[in-house]
Amino acid sequence: MVSLRSWRDPLLVAISLVALWQVLHELAGDVAVTAPAPTLAHLWEMIGQARFLPHLRETGLAFLQALAIACGGGVLIGLVLGGHKLSGEVAEPILVGLYSIPKITLYPVILLLFGLGMPAKVAFGALHGIIPVVLFTMNAVRNVNRTYLRAGRAMRLTPLQTGWHILVPATLPEIFSGLRIGFSLTLLGTMLGELFASQRGLGFLLMTAIDLHDVKTILAIAVLISTFAIIANAALLAIDKRLHRGAAPEGAGKP
Amino acid sequence: MKVGKAKADNRATWIRVAVLASAVGALEIACRVGWVPATMVIAPSAMVKALIETLQSDDIGAHLQQTLSAVAIAMGLSIVGGFLIGFVLHWVPFLRRAFNPFLAAYYAIPHFAFYPLLIVIFGLGPAPLIVLATLFAMVAMIVATMAGLDRVPRVLLKTARMHRLSLLEEIWRIRLPAAAPHLLSGVKLAVAYSFIGVIAGEFILSTSGIGHEIAYAYDNFDNPRMYALILFVLAIVTCFNMAVYAYERRLARRRGA
Amino acid sequence: MTAAAPRLAAVPSEAAPKVHARLDGVTRVYPPRAGHGEVHALGPISFDLRAGEFFSVVGPSGCGKSTLLDVLAGLAVPSAGSVEFEGKPVRGEVPDGVGVVFQEDASFPWLTVEDNVAFGLRRAGVDAAESRRRVDFAVGFMGLKDFRRAYPSQLSGGMRQRVCIARTLVMQPRLILLDEPFGALDQQTRLLMGDELLRLWRETSATVLLITHALDEANLLSDRIGVMSARPGRFIDIVETGWPRERDSRLAERPDFGAVTSRLWSYLRGESLRALGQGSAAR
Ligand SMILES: Nc1ncnc2c1ncn2[C@@H]1O[C@H](COP(=O)(O)OP(=O)(O)O)[C@@H](O)[C@H]1O
Ligand SMILES: [Mg+2]
Repeated sequence: MVSLRSWRDPLLVAISLVALWQVLHELAGDVAVTAPAPTLAHLWEMIGQARFLPHLRETGLAFLQALAIACGGGVLIGLVLGGHKLSGEVAEPILVGLYSIPKITLYPVILLLFGLGMPAKVAFGALHGIIPVVLFTMNAVRNVNRTYLRAGRAMRLTPLQTGWHILVPATLPEIFSGLRIGFSLTLLGTMLGELFASQRGLGFLLMTAIDLHDVKTILAIAVLISTFAIIANAALLAIDKRLHRGAAPEGAGKP
Repeated sequence: MKVGKAKADNRATWIRVAVLASAVGALEIACRVGWVPATMVIAPSAMVKALIETLQSDDIGAHLQQTLSAVAIAMGLSIVGGFLIGFVLHWVPFLRRAFNPFLAAYYAIPHFAFYPLLIVIFGLGPAPLIVLATLFAMVAMIVATMAGLDRVPRVLLKTARMHRLSLLEEIWRIRLPAAAPHLLSGVKLAVAYSFIGVIAGEFILSTSGIGHEIAYAYDNFDNPRMYALILFVLAIVTCFNMAVYAYERRLARRRGA
Repeated sequence: MTAAAPRLAAVPSEAAPKVHARLDGVTRVYPPRAGHGEVHALGPISFDLRAGEFFSVVGPSGCGKSTLLDVLAGLAVPSAGSVEFEGKPVRGEVPDGVGVVFQEDASFPWLTVEDNVAFGLRRAGVDAAESRRRVDFAVGFMGLKDFRRAYPSQLSGGMRQRVCIARTLVMQPRLILLDEPFGALDQQTRLLMGDELLRLWRETSATVLLITHALDEANLLSDRIGVMSARPGRFIDIVETGWPRERDSRLAERPDFGAVTSRLWSYLRGESLRALGQGSAAR
């Protein structure tokens, strides 16, 4: 159902962001922040140019591959760590530690291992995205209420039925939350990788624009990426909320 | 039951140490034997040796000081500012409604895309780094503060009224301690994000600081120095995060969370 | 208890009014919120709480018992009608001399048992020696001696509730309001705690209003029992038990004990069914 209310907040955000942007422009001038209208016009023009598309495709491809690895690998590892208690306990602090370090410092290592180009970007993007997916999946599996499983046994479900009718619905909301965060972080990682020692992609265009002091292009690309990120996140968040509506009440799975 | 849990914790810790140690050992052997070329990864022992040498060289102090002071400023600003903003947003429903959509979308944006813009505005140097790291870290603190204040049980506020506390006393004696676990997770994130913001910023576009030194060593094929500094950064950040984590655990254990 | 033990509540002065608290035509309507319209939770309800009596309130869940307590304590403002405590109007503030034990766990998880119990005394500026004496006594009285330095998370639900009771008692309230304080206890402990409560009530001469869902418990403890209807809660009847002041859980052995419980249940069966949404089945 599309109500006025569901559109009000995002619209409000968009309007206030553009307003804020305009204010910044008035304060800082064209040298630092170009005005919204010309910048958006510039973005439109850039997207129409043939030489822009390979860069967009490069970033998009790197992001999609990294996302596939982060989601697929993350869920798989998370299932194993969640299902096997000791491995989970061994791995969790390492993962949390890895989550909170500046991963950019590891980028040179990845470059040395994978060489300049697409594989390094994919690896770096996946490195960012995979950790939340693993952590959320692991916790989802761990927190499955044992009573559900006992109820399943009492109803004489086959293992397959238990998996499909109990485990999947019980873990899906949490896992999806992990995927949503993994999505954002993969995008961040891919972009970050492109900002350093890259020869193609949106990040590369950003760095070239700095050298040329081309504020309009910097802003245009930043806006493009952000718009994509915000819209994708809003969609994922909507699904997330839907899934969580049917989720067990908070704390239900705990002893 | 408590003893059993502590034992299991201990076992996991030992296994973890063993796993990490054997990973380091395996890398050491692989490098020594030549399975991994030194142009890719150098042996852990060589990293440590290089680290000691690097720390003894005179130029590192200035970089270290720059990085750490930028991190400290960003940390302070984001924790204090984030707390105050979160507090105000919690108290003023109208502002909160207006800002909520921003907060929900904030960490979805790859904020480093705006880093070049900050450089154009603030020039090279510590200022854009601090701004970037603060903006990155502060929102985590805002969200945590609001979450903590929202979840203060109503019955505790009723208890405050029963004891006829003034508003200030109620905030200081009831709301803040009740929200403390959430505030602390906010601090934990703010600390980690301040480091990430500053070092990533230095790495990409700066002419000094530890992050820049790593990138510089990479550009100059100076693997020993590069690995030494990477090791150094990871060690410092991990120590810092672990200190906050340990404090949080102590508090949580006491409160049984 | 020895004569030297400090009292937990003040004896009402000679001139204490016979009516300790009065509700006059009180209703409480919760304003509409997202998801539902306004909720008429309570009343209109009028009754007098006599000084020094033990009064219990029973009623089906959701009938407005906790709301009644909030209004009486000054924690909620009535939508209509007025509340008086010791002859003075109560409006939106808890009067001095009123102590409340809430239905939910209200212990402060960041304070030890001892500091929890002393919380109100510190805020009220009671001097350290007196404060220590009262805390020692209340902690002992509630059977928490071995847990003085424990944090609430290390205690069971029932013990946490006792911490809250102790925290209220050290303030020596003249009117004690208890909202299902024994909800987290097993039946045996409930009976023993009931005896303790009776002992406390006798020794302090405080007025007690106890909300409970256990009919036996209400019967055993009370001088009078207010039986509430399904929401919006009103008193269907106020039952006088006529038990002697010196009493304890052995009262249940008396032949006439069961009759009172039966009477309460005959009132409440229909109301409980109505609260379950099966009104017609009550006939
Ligand atoms: N803050 C509130 N807002 C709206 N409705 C409320 C609120 N508090 C209680 N109610 C409603 O008022 C009715 C009476 O609640 P309560 O006094 O807690 O009942 P009891 O304590 O007898 O179980 C219930 O239907 C409850 O849902
Ligand atoms: Mg109630």
